[in-house]
Amino acid sequence: MIKITNVNKSYGSHQVLSNIDLEIPESQIFALIGPSGAGKSTLIRTINALEEIQEGQIVVDGISVHDKNTNINQLRSEVGFVFQNFNLYPHLTALQNVSYSPIYVKKTPKKEAEARAVELLTSLGLGNKVHSYPGQLSGGQQQRVAIARALAMDPKVMLFDEPTSALDPEMIKEVLDAIRKLASTGMTMVVVTHEMGFAREICNQIVFMADGKIVEVAPPEQFFTQPQSDRGKDFLNKVLNH
Amino acid sequence: MDYSMDWSVIPQNMESILEGLWLTLQISALALLISIPIGIFAGLCRVSRNRFVSFLATSYIEIIRGVPLLVLLLWIYFVLNKFMHLGSYWSAILGLAFFSGSFIAEIVRAGIESVPRGQMEAARSAGMSYATAMRLIILPQAFRKVLPPMASQFIILIKDSSLVSIISVADLTLVGKNIVGNTFRSLEVWSFIAILYFLMTFIISQLIRFLEKKYKVAE
Repeated sequence: MIKITNVNKSYGSHQVLSNIDLEIPESQIFALIGPSGAGKSTLIRTINALEEIQEGQIVVDGISVHDKNTNINQLRSEVGFVFQNFNLYPHLTALQNVSYSPIYVKKTPKKEAEARAVELLTSLGLGNKVHSYPGQLSGGQQQRVAIARALAMDPKVMLFDEPTSALDPEMIKEVLDAIRKLASTGMTMVVVTHEMGFAREICNQIVFMADGKIVEVAPPEQFFTQPQSDRGKDFLNKVLNH
Repeated sequence: MDYSMDWSVIPQNMESILEGLWLTLQISALALLISIPIGIFAGLCRVSRNRFVSFLATSYIEIIRGVPLLVLLLWIYFVLNKFMHLGSYWSAILGLAFFSGSFIAEIVRAGIESVPRGQMEAARSAGMSYATAMRLIILPQAFRKVLPPMASQFIILIKDSSLVSIISVADLTLVGKNIVGNTFRSLEVWSFIAILYFLMTFIISQLIRFLEKKYKVAE
């Protein structure tokens, strides 16, 4: 579903991604983990071209993302993206946040798009917040609206860039539950996360990154019990034994 | 000071005062209506990633903003008029509109830049084109933020319209000058005219305040 081949990216002399190769099959969930500055967020942002790459190729569902001839808007409507800081549109209600792209990009009739938006919001436990503005919602609620907004485009892939990092601890669970529920539907997902328990529980593969490189790719049980790389061991020591 | 006031000069000249007032309203309103699209367009060009487009907009803003309005009006009336026949009425309106437009452009640019980058990213991630994201997501948020500086700009425009009297547009100020010239009642006439200008700008600022309240969002 997602095939990343020999991707390189640098800011000036600073190499942020070097020789990245990764293939994510359909219906699989991959977690990107690693110390900050490892390039996890940069990598996930290149998958829907929020970041440019200087070298290499990324293909999503047969479409080359960074090809000049690719209709990037078309591609992005098939790739849902959830941000760390939610980035909801503050001047629009939850319903409008979710239904705008279907209405204005996919040209879905307004009634139909709004009915679907209500359905999505309700399934994420926000049935009574449909007409609320983002400023009236808690962080956890906002992030669930953001998930609904991404799902409203019926994406083939969902990308999560540290979806719980900006949340108060008591709200992390509700967002993780929403992602869990999505995982059970067979959605292809890539999640940048610091929630190790969560990554271990729902992911098919753990991608451990450091210094702009992929150091290790392994199933969670293997990675968390017998990491192969020294960087991986060192990282797990720090995050699991604090 | 031995001055006996005589306010009868006002009702006696009410007809020409109202004509001047009407002309000032026309010129201000038309200049305002033209300056808004100019300002939004130039502001959008200013933030464009196309360097040439951005350069053109910046040049317009810097040049027009850097010339005194009085000189700009004189230049349009005495120089530009030789090439295209605008007449004093349209010279005044266009001079005011382009002058005000350059300030509005900077207000619009600041408004757009005050919207967090994540908003554009979120909109583009959700499949919107740059133009659609601007129209539905960025500009509506920028609009709310720029209302207060816009109000100041509109007030300045109305007050600046008094300068058009220099190119013989018989606006409220020129009418006042003429009445004072005939009657020597400067205290009464200029006080009354000051009140009229104040009323116009006050109505504008109340109107914008109403808009601010109406579009206020919980953040």
